[in-house]
Amino acid sequence: MNQGPVTQPVPHIGPIGDSRPLAHPAADIDLGPIGFIPLGEGRAYRLEGKTIAVFRQRDGRLFATDNACPHKAGPLADGLLGSGKVICPLHMWKIDLATGQCLGEESVVQTYPVREANGRIVITLTAPTAMTGERN
Amino acid sequence: MAGTQKERLVVIGNGMAGARVVEEILARDPDRFAITMFGAEPYGNYNRILLSNVLNGSQPMQDTFLNPLAWYAEHNIQLHAGVKATLIDRERRVVTGQPMRTDAPAYGLNGCAQAAACIEEPYDTVIIATGSRPFVPPMDGMGKAGTFLFRTIDDCEQIAAYAKRCRRAAVIGGGLLGLEAARGLLTHGVEVTVLEAMPQPMSAQLDPESGDLLKTTLRQMDISVLLEKITTHILGEEHVTGLRFKDGSTLETDMVVVSAGIRPIVEIATDSGLAVERGIVCDDQMRTSDPDVFAVGECVQHRGVIYGLVDPIWDQARTLADVITETNPAAAYEGSKLATKLKVMGVELASMGETKKAEPDDEVVVYREPSRGVYKKLIIRENKLHGAILLGEADTASTLMQMFSLDTALPERRADLLFGPANGAPLLAAADLPDAAQICNCNGVSKGCIRTAIETGGCTSVMQVGTKTKAGAGCGSCKPLVAQLLEAYADEIVEDPSEHYYVPGVPLPKPELIAAIREKQLKSVSAVFHALADGKEDPGSKIGLASLLKSLWSDEYEDERDARYINDRVHANIQHDGTFSVVPRIYGGVTSPAELKRIAEVAEQYNVRMVKITGGQRIDLLGITKDNLPKVWKELGIPSGHAYTKAFRTCKSCVGTDFCRYGLGDSIALAQKIERRYQGVESPHKMKLATAGCPRNCSEAYVKDLGAVAIGDDKWEIYIGGAAGGTVRKGDLLCTVEGHEQVLTYMGRFIQYYRENAKYLERTYGFAERVGIEHLRAVLIDDTEGICERLDAEIDKAVAAYRDPWSTEAVQPENVSQFAAPLPVEAPTRREEVVQ
Repeated sequence: MNQGPVTQPVPHIGPIGDSRPLAHPAADIDLGPIGFIPLGEGRAYRLEGKTIAVFRQRDGRLFATDNACPHKAGPLADGLLGSGKVICPLHMWKIDLATGQCLGEESVVQTYPVREANGRIVITLTAPTAMTGERN
Repeated sequence: MAGTQKERLVVIGNGMAGARVVEEILARDPDRFAITMFGAEPYGNYNRILLSNVLNGSQPMQDTFLNPLAWYAEHNIQLHAGVKATLIDRERRVVTGQPMRTDAPAYGLNGCAQAAACIEEPYDTVIIATGSRPFVPPMDGMGKAGTFLFRTIDDCEQIAAYAKRCRRAAVIGGGLLGLEAARGLLTHGVEVTVLEAMPQPMSAQLDPESGDLLKTTLRQMDISVLLEKITTHILGEEHVTGLRFKDGSTLETDMVVVSAGIRPIVEIATDSGLAVERGIVCDDQMRTSDPDVFAVGECVQHRGVIYGLVDPIWDQARTLADVITETNPAAAYEGSKLATKLKVMGVELASMGETKKAEPDDEVVVYREPSRGVYKKLIIRENKLHGAILLGEADTASTLMQMFSLDTALPERRADLLFGPANGAPLLAAADLPDAAQICNCNGVSKGCIRTAIETGGCTSVMQVGTKTKAGAGCGSCKPLVAQLLEAYADEIVEDPSEHYYVPGVPLPKPELIAAIREKQLKSVSAVFHALADGKEDPGSKIGLASLLKSLWSDEYEDERDARYINDRVHANIQHDGTFSVVPRIYGGVTSPAELKRIAEVAEQYNVRMVKITGGQRIDLLGITKDNLPKVWKELGIPSGHAYTKAFRTCKSCVGTDFCRYGLGDSIALAQKIERRYQGVESPHKMKLATAGCPRNCSEAYVKDLGAVAIGDDKWEIYIGGAAGGTVRKGDLLCTVEGHEQVLTYMGRFIQYYRENAKYLERTYGFAERVGIEHLRAVLIDDTEGICERLDAEIDKAVAAYRDPWSTEAVQPENVSQFAAPLPVEAPTRREEVVQ
């Protein structure tokens, strides 16, 4: 089922090797080239047994959350994106991507720090606190 | 209290009242108590009010859960689910509980597992919220297969399962819940008879005349109501076959549901030596005869009254929480005035207070309109409302309920109370209400709360008050009252301009927005945000803007995929689990053995979870993952049916002259021509079409967005603006034309006019009603505006621009990850040594 993109082979992705030392080595994971996510959209990644949505705003900002709306587990990566928010495609819950807060609701979705480095998407999985994923 | 150890609060009963009082307590003081709850049902608590929806299948069971089991853990509440509290040992200050047998009803007298060990919980304070159990009138035969009570989720499931095997069902009890049970049973396809002991249904809420009227209305819905029937025997050897009544008559039936009222569950109070009459006797602080034991809900008798409705119980819960958290130790519950607004079987009904004249000077106002099933009655005493019944039409119900519960003086013209004031002025002056008056009944927002939001919270519009207090966020019927309060208390009222914006994220009404887009030559959604919204890309505005830009620029529009809803990015309809449905185009609803084989093969190969014939005479393949979509399309080799977007959807047909004995015109060929020509043409909302070979209308052409009906001699009537979804409307006859070609022309002309002039998400029925059929006939037939030629040319252009998204994007995706499934990423732990 998980066959990646239709036209291109799955790019090499995974933890970054020793060629590029990182501040938090065990936690930083390379999700592959930034171009995988079209501007203004989100895409889903499976890692560590869960599915994570990474969003790429038109202004270049990146965000990452669990790919399940707290309401009915809608795939957030398929939502509409903009102004640091995503709208879930199932029932239009609006979520603040910086904090994970569902607007007008009490639920919060897990967020992860994510950034672009050398044209690649790097996500940090430890210390899963609410943080913005502002580009470096 | 001063010690380090928390006070121990034991709540007996985990129903709506028990859970609500705990929520109220936590809201006031989350850390004060160590809370333990006993619940005889093996679930978290659920909304019993919705049970009839579970029974009629309109809501899944999960939707009724108020607090999932995780909620208890989150608030450190120890929940003994499936354990029944049996005794409050007031000397040792412990509550004893026993696990229930799993097959025993939660409200049963017995049912504790004999061998199971007792559970003991020490307490400082106890709240009894045991609720009530169904009342079963004395009769022989209760308990045999096919007899049911209607009280819990388990009851609902068992009733629904058993009804599948039955043809007839009887409901004992013609009260509110009995009628709800009847409605639920009706959806399971059984003939339903309701048996009521009194001479009228719903005797608590209706007077005899309105009861009669309701009975007639129910009869039209295929529910028989038999009055003054007291059941003495349930007949049948092993399972129910019928009922015998006190008057000697009998009724054949396959199942019986008893819904004859409720009785408080009081055993634990009686056994523990508390004062009990009909219910557990409580004072205004909800305290029982033991100062450390409180009670709340349907088990309570307060000032001689037992309440079985939600609102009074919520009031009790608030008072009780105020008292035991000492937030307001003097809080007092002084009883509730009963008012209900409900829908019985889809019949509007509001009832409050008394149903008949009680004092000689009572003024009674009555309006009857039996042909529409409408009956309205007011009981007025000293110019105050003491009772009201609104049946069949309850527009003024909210206001009457306010006036009733707040004891406000009534307007001189009583008719205004029944029909609303003729001049549209508000009936109730919100400013005269006390602060405690509840303005928004949906979200329980008081006038005081709204006043504070205005006076100190700085709210200056109805919308802002809504955001701050949630008032008006439910049904919205209190918005006029909120507006009145703004007038009374706000220094300045700002009519919120955003109410007039075309989309929320760009601060311009539609005409100004269009002017700005044209002037600045903005051809993409991001360009609009950049030029007109400081670059803020409001995600909720993208789709509306895309639709507008497309209609303004047509082929010059710069399509940005991120401004599309997911369905339009991947050309399939997203389902609740994130998979998609695929509906191939089947022109006019006519397919072939070869096509069916291909569809079947694809369905098997991709493990399609359901193959469903749609209402639009097509085939829906459900449960396809996103990454499989292009493969499915390729193998089907059939164009997209566009069953996911705002566009021309389908044209149904009947078999017409090809086979039908009555056919007057070739409806199949016409439907196929229409569908081939207009497939995929985008519009403000979806368009569903049909052609009928004769006015018998088998294909439902009268209730389609566009329909063509053959009337003989190759003449066709074209109907527009029909609907048979959430709204039902017969289409308006636009014109009668000769031959298929003319049908295509006039339909196309209407479609283009609709595309240009309808609001975004306005269906043709709304559009036709808004602009009027006379106007449409003038413009599209008589060409009063001289635009017909242009309309015809524009729609030709749209038709010519059509390309099937499936065949194009299956081969050449729009971007590298358009159909990507979640991309697997290698786990970091396996590569740890590399990182080091």
